[in-house]
Amino acid sequence: MIKARVYVTLKKSVFDPQGKTIHDALQSLGYRGVADVRQGKFFEVAFEGLGGEEARAAAEEIARRVLSNPVIEGYRVEVEA
Amino acid sequence: MTVGVVVFPGSNSDHDAYHVLKHVCGQEARFVWHKDTDLSGLDAVVLPGGFAYGDYLRTGAIARFSPVMRAVGEFAEKGGPVLGICNGFQVLQEAGLLPGAMLRNRGLKFLSQPVHIRVERSDTPATAGLHEGTVLTMPIAHGEGNFYLPDEELDRLEGEGRVVFRYTTKEGHLEDAANVNGSSRAIAGVCNPARNVVGLMPHPERASEAEIGSADGRQIFEALVRVLQAV
Repeated sequence: MIKARVYVTLKKSVFDPQGKTIHDALQSLGYRGVADVRQGKFFEVAFEGLGGEEARAAAEEIARRVLSNPVIEGYRVEVEA
Repeated sequence: MTVGVVVFPGSNSDHDAYHVLKHVCGQEARFVWHKDTDLSGLDAVVLPGGFAYGDYLRTGAIARFSPVMRAVGEFAEKGGPVLGICNGFQVLQEAGLLPGAMLRNRGLKFLSQPVHIRVERSDTPATAGLHEGTVLTMPIAHGEGNFYLPDEELDRLEGEGRVVFRYTTKEGHLEDAANVNGSSRAIAGVCNPARNVVGLMPHPERASEAEIGSADGRQIFEALVRVLQAV
């Protein structure tokens, strides 16, 4: 079983109201020195019957085509054997 | 003329759109299941509001892979009028048929309330025959309606006259408070470069009869009827 981890995050230029709300909450909880919070999505995709390279290519395509919206989001893929 | 109303699993305004087209505007209408790929005989297609496939991943993200969406893309390519309402608008964005993406509303709350939108262009199938500057009142009901495009693309969109509706006050003035979801440049509706595909976040089908509070939305369906009858 090969596992891919896909991180989908809003592009830097896109305002993240959820992250801002969490940031505000952290400040009101007394956490000092928190400069910014950005919320994103995390996916674990498990592959069966694929080789490492195939799994990586599939994970990249899934991340690009389905899991993220290129207008507002970027993604990062990590694959572990 | 016959208008198709696409039904995704999770559509919830399909019957409202059908009702307005058929019983208020007196046109032929038929439902098109999301697995259908045959749009022959249809003169226009409406993608209604709702939560297609639950919108669990992202609004419209899974719906755009529905079999019917390939057919909708071909229909649009040939110049057929396509109207996306709320979730239908989001699906058209995900499908690349309309620009932009919807962020969470700026206040993070799901908003269900009447809004005022100003008609910015009368050269689309959703606004033909309406005067630019006309203000229409109809409800919104969405959690993700905060229209986003990068600034330079917004400039291009505006330069091409593709902003069709904006959130304004009842009097038609742009005010931050009237732009309830925080949309870039108060954009409530846009069209594609060929101007035959239009999307808007508010729900004209929920405001097409005076008995339910406003009949302003009917003007959008009547515009569509006018365009089709003129063909």
